[in-house]
Amino acid sequence: MAGPVLEMRSIVKTFPGVKALSDVTLTVRQGEVHAICGENGAGKSTLMKVLSGVHPHGTYEGEILFEEEVCHFKDIRASEQRGIVIIHQELALVPFLSIAENIFLGNEHARRGFINWNDTLKHATELLRRVGLDEHPETRVADIGVGKQQLVEIAKALSKSVKLLILDEPTAALNDEDSGKLLDLILELKKQGITSIIISHKLNEIRRVADSVTILRDGRTIETLDVKAAETTEERIIAGMVGRDLDHRFPERTPHQPEEGAAPALEIRGWTVLHPIDQQRKVVDDVSIEVRRGEIVGIAGLMGAGRTELAMNVFGRTYGRYASGTVLKDGKEIRTKTVAEAVGHGIAYVTEDRKHYGLNLIDTINRNISLSALGKVARRGVVDEHEERQVAEGFRKSMNIKAPTVFEPVGKLSGGNQQKVVLSKWIFAGPDVLILDEPTRGIDVGAKYEIYTVIDQLAAQGKAVVFISSELPELLGMCDRIYTMAAGRLTGEVPRAEATQEVLMRHMTKDKEVTR
Amino acid sequence: MSTDVTAKTPAPAPPGGSGAATGGGLLQLMLNGLRRNMRQYGMLIALGLIVVLFEIWTGGDLLLPRNVSNLVLQNSYILILAIGMMLVIIAGHIDLSVGSLTAFVGATAAVLTVNHHMAWPLAVVLCLLVGAVAGSLQGFMIAYLGIPSFIVTLAGMLLFRGLTEILLKGQTLGPFPDGLQKAGNGFLPEVGPNTNYHNLTLLLGIVLIASVVWQEVRDRRRQQEFALDVLPTKMFVLKLVALVAAVLVVTLLLASYKGAPIVLIILGVLVVGYGYVMRNAVFGRHIYAIGGNLPAAKLSGVKDKRVTFQVFLNMGVLAALAGLVVAARLNAASPKAGVNYELEAIASSFIGGASMSGGVGTVLGAIIGGLVLGVLNNGMNLLSVGTDWQQVIKGLALLAAVGFDVWNKRKSGS
Repeated sequence: MAGPVLEMRSIVKTFPGVKALSDVTLTVRQGEVHAICGENGAGKSTLMKVLSGVHPHGTYEGEILFEEEVCHFKDIRASEQRGIVIIHQELALVPFLSIAENIFLGNEHARRGFINWNDTLKHATELLRRVGLDEHPETRVADIGVGKQQLVEIAKALSKSVKLLILDEPTAALNDEDSGKLLDLILELKKQGITSIIISHKLNEIRRVADSVTILRDGRTIETLDVKAAETTEERIIAGMVGRDLDHRFPERTPHQPEEGAAPALEIRGWTVLHPIDQQRKVVDDVSIEVRRGEIVGIAGLMGAGRTELAMNVFGRTYGRYASGTVLKDGKEIRTKTVAEAVGHGIAYVTEDRKHYGLNLIDTINRNISLSALGKVARRGVVDEHEERQVAEGFRKSMNIKAPTVFEPVGKLSGGNQQKVVLSKWIFAGPDVLILDEPTRGIDVGAKYEIYTVIDQLAAQGKAVVFISSELPELLGMCDRIYTMAAGRLTGEVPRAEATQEVLMRHMTKDKEVTR
Repeated sequence: MSTDVTAKTPAPAPPGGSGAATGGGLLQLMLNGLRRNMRQYGMLIALGLIVVLFEIWTGGDLLLPRNVSNLVLQNSYILILAIGMMLVIIAGHIDLSVGSLTAFVGATAAVLTVNHHMAWPLAVVLCLLVGAVAGSLQGFMIAYLGIPSFIVTLAGMLLFRGLTEILLKGQTLGPFPDGLQKAGNGFLPEVGPNTNYHNLTLLLGIVLIASVVWQEVRDRRRQQEFALDVLPTKMFVLKLVALVAAVLVVTLLLASYKGAPIVLIILGVLVVGYGYVMRNAVFGRHIYAIGGNLPAAKLSGVKDKRVTFQVFLNMGVLAALAGLVVAARLNAASPKAGVNYELEAIASSFIGGASMSGGVGTVLGAIIGGLVLGVLNNGMNLLSVGTDWQQVIKGLALLAAVGFDVWNKRKSGS
């Protein structure tokens, strides 16, 4: 085997308040396909941003050796000049420019500022042939599918004479057929001598294309395994990803005893959601779940599993296109086509992205809390400010929101306190069913414990809680039952007693074999 | 003008836990309130400075009772438009059509009353209806068809200007019936014995003072009922005295000339009404919510499309009202009426603290912004500064106000 083309040594990257990478080491050999895997938030994307110069030299510790030279990339351009090209999960193409224009964007075939179109088209055609994309180079990027757009990205990388190609979850947005083609292309490029790093959750993909795999957890390198070796099974990789430490602390919970005969508080049957733009793709495929009063039910899944998409489509069709399925509340079928209808039926959805979808950051705590149920503090369309303030003060005390007054703009609060405001807002709406989407994302340990306590109390009051999370320990610590999803499908239902991280992760990484 | 200002001035929110009325606590209290409403107080102070400066430069002409009356009449239509514009901007939109719509409604009023001899009250109602229809058409396209408001109202600006010229056949049309003229230009009627003051205006001032005091006291009692922190008694009395004094001064100023202009009464009602709606009504809250974070508002069950539609409908009605006031004041409908009014209204809103990205601003702010521009206009007229330099200075004022805001935010942000 050839020597290392890339060595990243003891990389440490700190963001304000968070250590995203603590001591990561990565060695990639010349000409191999190297997979990186780990749970959401393990530090995979941050590591690749350090490598490609998105986080410039000086903002991290440690050193990078590429082709046996120490590199100090000050931006993406610098890393691209050395032949390191990253293709992000969100494609960086301009939809209204042609394929050829996109390939050479920022790198135009031009003389004195004027583009040489003949040269451009000729070169683009060659590149498209190399990646196996049968489209005219003057086609607008917006007019081709996501799979083909991915190939355009790779063609763009090839145009920069790439030596090391980094793909961040390249198949997350693709259907099976396009995924298969893309993986074949990676193997084809390997034959041409291009080294690749591929970040992926899908273990079957890793087994298919990768030569070795490095596992990250909590910002550290756990191990690097040879994929072709016999002892590297999927179980082995999973064990590395989840680790064995359960050092999170949770409030004591008495597991829920299901009542005999009572209908579930919320039941979703056969729910299918289509991607809002690419309507060929099912982002949620025939999912049925139920939750009872007093019960906390988890939904586990990796990025792109369709958990948020399911919740948001049920909650007033706020994401994607509804295809099929019914919702039952206490055994009776209900309509939830608008948010107002869903809220009216006693359903609340607490978003995973509080800054964009949960809060009006420029407004005050009291006004954010009252927004989803203004009618409760208003008479004949007029808000009673005193009552509103009293309600907000009540939540400030009971939820321990750290702010001098309820007139503080929410944008000034810390993540944990913002999350408490979002929770207060939906508790104030007085729902029977709460769908909590990543309720502890990006907040510190102390605030997490407080939020777990609140969730526990809600269940104790007889509310039904759906708990969506990427952190397996918290699902294990809090839930009575855990569903798992992968690629839009329900892949398992595990009761509390049988749930372990390994079992869940196996269900979460289940995927149809990549066809072709 | 400060009748409106005082009636709307919100009780500076008492910070939690500062119940003691010690000297240090009092100062702290005032500083806190000041910091929280920096933008609004900043503009109020700027307005005060401008007034004082021009008062000195014009040798006391600016605050002559006659000139104060004049100032109100001259700026009333911009202020009416600024109220509506503030709502539009808070909702995250813009309306460029209001100047043209103002002219169009004026022309409609002229055609109805002058050419067709319609009774003027009926014509007024029809004109407001025309504004409502125009506003709802634009609102429909913006809210339900999703066409950007900039485009829809830019089209509306051209369209209504053209329709105005067609309606008036390029000519100025007038004069209006007496009743309408008086409504736009006149003062409250003279009643009772001769006191050297305008009696009805005095009476109105007294009623206003009484209602302000009553409102404040009731508010305080309600706060106590809900066991919320209230202003210390000393501060509360101080605040009451300040409010009463401000209303009294303006009342006496107006009452020593011809009394309160009718337009001022209309404006006062609008400011208090809209201020209340934006602060306390569910509708107002929803406007702030969709302007501040549209996806979050949608996920909270706010009917964002309906709210947007209503905001533009409302703007149409206010533009019609402004059109009637302009027409009545000039006593004629002109094809060139209302040119640049939209820009003045937009400038007023931004000087008064609105944000380009929506979600921020108050009705009171729009009025303060409008008055800053109005006093600059009026003061420079008194000093016979040419319109050329007036424009330059108003442009600089807008830049300075918003620049200060940006600077202030950056300072507190970092």
